[in-house]
Amino acid sequence: MSAGGTVALQSAAVAPKAVEYTTAGTPTVLEAARDLWSYRELFFFLAWRDITIRYRQTVLGAAWAVLQPLITMLVFTFLFGVVVKVDTGRIPAPIFYFSALLPWLYFAATVTNAGNSLVTNGDLIKKVYFPRLILPGAGALVGLADLAIGALILLAMMAYYGVLSWRLILWVPLTALLFAFSFGTGVVLSAVNVKYRDVKHAIPFLVQIWMFLTPVIYPTKAVPHQFRWLLALNPLTGIIEAFRATVAPSAPFDGSSLLLSIAATIVILIVGTTYFRRVEGYFTDIV
Amino acid sequence: MSKATSRTLYDRAHSVTVAIRVENVSKQFRLGQSQGSTMLREALVSVFRSAWKREEAEELKTLWALRDIDFQLETGEVLGIVGRNGAGKSTLLKILSRITRPTSGSIRVRGKVASLLEVGTGFHEELTGRENVYLSGCILGMKKKRIDAKLDEIVAFSEIEQFIDTPIKRYSSGMKMRLGFAVAANLESDILIVDEVLAVGDGEFQRKCLQAMSDLQSSGRTVLFVSHNLAAVHSLCSRAIWIDRGRMKEQGRPSEVIKSYLAAFSTTDDVVRDLAAIADRSGSGDVRFSRIEILSADRSAPAAVRCGDSFVARLHFTANRDVVQPIFGIDIQTSLGIMVAQVHTYNSGFEIPLLRTGPGYIDVRIDDFNLVPGRYVLSLYAANYGHIYHDILQNCTAIEVQPSNRYGLMRGMTQNPIAMFACSWEMGERGSKAHSIPVAAPLAGSLG
Repeated sequence: MSAGGTVALQSAAVAPKAVEYTTAGTPTVLEAARDLWSYRELFFFLAWRDITIRYRQTVLGAAWAVLQPLITMLVFTFLFGVVVKVDTGRIPAPIFYFSALLPWLYFAATVTNAGNSLVTNGDLIKKVYFPRLILPGAGALVGLADLAIGALILLAMMAYYGVLSWRLILWVPLTALLFAFSFGTGVVLSAVNVKYRDVKHAIPFLVQIWMFLTPVIYPTKAVPHQFRWLLALNPLTGIIEAFRATVAPSAPFDGSSLLLSIAATIVILIVGTTYFRRVEGYFTDIV
Repeated sequence: MSKATSRTLYDRAHSVTVAIRVENVSKQFRLGQSQGSTMLREALVSVFRSAWKREEAEELKTLWALRDIDFQLETGEVLGIVGRNGAGKSTLLKILSRITRPTSGSIRVRGKVASLLEVGTGFHEELTGRENVYLSGCILGMKKKRIDAKLDEIVAFSEIEQFIDTPIKRYSSGMKMRLGFAVAANLESDILIVDEVLAVGDGEFQRKCLQAMSDLQSSGRTVLFVSHNLAAVHSLCSRAIWIDRGRMKEQGRPSEVIKSYLAAFSTTDDVVRDLAAIADRSGSGDVRFSRIEILSADRSAPAAVRCGDSFVARLHFTANRDVVQPIFGIDIQTSLGIMVAQVHTYNSGFEIPLLRTGPGYIDVRIDDFNLVPGRYVLSLYAANYGHIYHDILQNCTAIEVQPSNRYGLMRGMTQNPIAMFACSWEMGERGSKAHSIPVAAPLAGSLG
């Protein structure tokens, strides 16, 4: 039995291949990026899993994606349009609320899903390796399905009110920005969530408070001047206002607050992924 | 011959054919509440505290799960990792498959790695069999294209064609396992890391797994394999390492390593198992088992059990009150959960009129333990007539039955039998020159 020959042949076949990985300390940005790229399909498989399961498990199925924003919008329209009478300017109240609600609901769902993604997938990450960043990433992808369905409803509503505009195309880059910001926030929360178990309970609270600090149910101009800077510190303000401005050409739009949102998004992405990369090797020890 | 070759290759350090190089790997765990996970509120409080006064850092209890593990593996080698439960084998596999990072040291891996630490990784109950093939395959590192191409093969291998579009929550556990293994068997990798996958499933499934494992061996892939099944390690691996309490105790030829590993069994306290600390028990508590010892048949010393040996199991206990007519028993199951025997005083007609308060022990001598080598799980109980239980310790310990040549050459056991018998053959006149091979066989030499 010429085992020596066999071994030599096999080594010749594999030896030229580059070293797949080394584990000694934190991987570099390049290593992490290459790793993510090789697992790119998993983003979509995990997002597809979560979407499929959600629609299969609920009684209402996909109708849920339509009903949730619609009902919320109707409640808001009634509460703030009829009861409290918030001035929405020349924008029809349903469109005023719906155009801001859609990105807000996406943000809230993503922060919650992505923020809990490592903990809820704890069993999985204990048994197999893949870049952990994929979990909050898939969490952020999932909400896009709902957002797309909502956008179609919005389109129909705008047609109904006769306010259709080409500016809706701007939703594409705005959604990319919203995605990046929500993802970045989710990444930070997911990593902290593994380490500190009470973060799970803090997330719903955070989301709730955040909504009141964002011009979702009120226009920015309803806020007294001396407090506007406070509102502008919230990176979501610029994003949500921009979404709203696309459907209501007359709505005032503050470019500088959008720039601030973009800057904040870049910062949170860098800080979030850097922190994540440093701690991800230890998630399975504590999750 | 082949073992000798891989050994010389191994000795040639820095050879280009190194598939895995593990250098001084150590892994430390923090003990305590879920290993380091804390409350944000506590962290904030401690920040404030330390701002006021410099408190001495709380002494954290730590555990070295692995200490200075150092080895390398040539391409095409099949490495078996043996060791007791909790020795650090699984931690090593987790580090090698990148599930967790080592505290110090480094690992260099050349080639694509697939790790199978469970069957059916990533399966979701709500999804259909087909959907789960894609999900699990992708999670294990397969490309969608490859899954597309292999789908028919995977489905055929799993033998559940007609249920492939049914959600797997309606599958039996056996069906799920077959599907999971079918995915695993089609992974494309240069290096495969397998943990105890063979320890689950029915006999047919085990046979299939073993077949796939030996296919791997001949395909020239590098395999790391953790198992309690020493016979499998012996027959499948070209090299073995033995890990004991986080340190590498020995590495080398499987037969050598297994031999030392087993030798340690009969001298360390592994044949004397502490049962007092087990919290997972039920019963009234009138009697509590504290220890089990496996002794040689003459009760002179602790002993490893070999196939066909006679031995004594000594059950130490404490009676917390006087118990009238107690019954003591041991259930013996295979590692697959098949009940092999129920050994108890009730059946033997051994009556104990009264058990007095205090510590004590009871011996049971079992003659000619003719079970096939492997792992057998023991459950202990102390009871009274009428299903009154004082102490039940389910699956609290296991014995490894070691190979011996008592019942033959130990070969051709392909269908996972449980028992072995002393037997002799006689050929009628048609068989010319029929004769018996002497049983002083290869296994006897290597496993002593």
